[in-house]
Amino acid sequence: MKIKQLTSRALLHSVLLTFAVVWLTPTLGLLVTSFRAPPDILGSGWWTVYTNLFDMNQYTLHNYIQVINKQGLGRSFINSLFISVPATLISTFLAALAAFALAWMRFAYRKFLFLMVVGLMVVPLQMTFIPILPVYRWLGLSGTFPGIWLAHTGYGLPLLTYLLHNFISGLPKDLFDSAAIDGASPFNIFNRIVIPLSIPAIASVFIFQFLWIWNDLLVALIYLGGKPAVAPVTLSVANLVTNRGQNWELLTAAAFVSMALPMTVFFCLQRHFVRGILAGAMKG
Amino acid sequence: MLTALKNNALWTVAFTLCTLCFGLILSVLLDRVPYEKVAKAIMFLPAAVSMVGASVIWKLIYAYRPIDVAQIGILNALVVAAGGEPAGWLIQRPWVNNLALITVGIWIWTGFCMVILSAAYKNIPKDLLDAARIDGANEWRVFWQVSMPLLAPTLVVLATTMVVQVLKVFDIVFIMTNGAFGTEVIANRMYKEMFIFFNYGRASAIAMVLLLLISPVMIFNIRRFTRQDGNGQ
Repeated sequence: MKIKQLTSRALLHSVLLTFAVVWLTPTLGLLVTSFRAPPDILGSGWWTVYTNLFDMNQYTLHNYIQVINKQGLGRSFINSLFISVPATLISTFLAALAAFALAWMRFAYRKFLFLMVVGLMVVPLQMTFIPILPVYRWLGLSGTFPGIWLAHTGYGLPLLTYLLHNFISGLPKDLFDSAAIDGASPFNIFNRIVIPLSIPAIASVFIFQFLWIWNDLLVALIYLGGKPAVAPVTLSVANLVTNRGQNWELLTAAAFVSMALPMTVFFCLQRHFVRGILAGAMKG
Repeated sequence: MLTALKNNALWTVAFTLCTLCFGLILSVLLDRVPYEKVAKAIMFLPAAVSMVGASVIWKLIYAYRPIDVAQIGILNALVVAAGGEPAGWLIQRPWVNNLALITVGIWIWTGFCMVILSAAYKNIPKDLLDAARIDGANEWRVFWQVSMPLLAPTLVVLATTMVVQVLKVFDIVFIMTNGAFGTEVIANRMYKEMFIFFNYGRASAIAMVLLLLISPVMIFNIRRFTRQDGNGQ
């Protein structure tokens, strides 16, 4: 009995260990490779560094300097911020307004509108490219930051509204009743009651949307075209893969630059990050 | 286009099955060990990384070099160490390269499934599991006859989420093979029709196919919501 228990414990740990190793190794390989000099990268596998792990001479920052300055990744990083931050702010704010209205205000077709939001959540965004692109060209929006803010806002709204609606519709009814008796306008209720009480939910949704936009490639590819001046990091890395596919020192460093911010957010704000994602899938 | 449809079908089956199974195994097993938090962070980390980043990561894993020079891709290094010939993982069609791409997707999404299933698993009252154990059921039976039925609704929701993800998959294929060697998927075909061949009519037709494929999920979601709204509030 004892032996049987021990073997099953050992089996449990080894299964979990295997998963952890398999999931961690790829990222580790990228990280190590990005700090090695090009001849080393091609001369031996990145895992061989373990033979003299603490020999600092084998590591170099040169790849990073190269991609940030010469390959324009520094520029792209700023672009990514300039795309993600406003787009996230706009879409989260609008989603909060819509969620409040759909949850607590009474108007015609409210239910129908909400069902439309639920239905739109899963529509692939590819569907919209062909109708929207000519309009964008006509309005001069393609290849501009406002254009991509608008696109991300549109694509994000259904899910964000749905997520915030789940939270806001759960706020106690008495709150709204007493505010209405005191003569508060809907905007006042939204501003003074809904927003302060929903901060945790809004924070989670904000982080979720921010990372989604930061990591997006397709929307940027379609609406920004190939212009390096406005390209976000994901697009620059993708271009690098196409043009310099064998220059591993550039690819790995560039990929890591694109991953640095999401990984920081993940480690510092893990609780919000997980909660944001859970809120979306757990309801129901 | 037929290749794209076939590949999407392969993606749907392999990707959905693996992410759900791995997620389920991990959520149940991790509940029993003290290092649950660290392990979860490791599994979930790929969810924070962009598909572009993940594609570069895995391109390096799959890197191919002839047998007489040092391997730089860890997968081929393992194959060579085991006495085999290095393989072109992204070139060998139709199974190897498609499964290689699907693996990247699984690597990204397993953590997501795990987190959600783990939350559902922790929601199951422990008394229920203990009662079954006292009645003499072994862990295997407790899992299949008590936990599984209670996790089923979550699994269904997750499965639909994964299917939607598969129908939209684009980045991984775009970066790693750009649809060459028979790895094309619906979204990549559509992109090519639009921006390489400038054939908007065909691209629209593909978009309609996509909508048609996704509409059952849409209807399922709306019905689930109306039902839940009806008896919930």
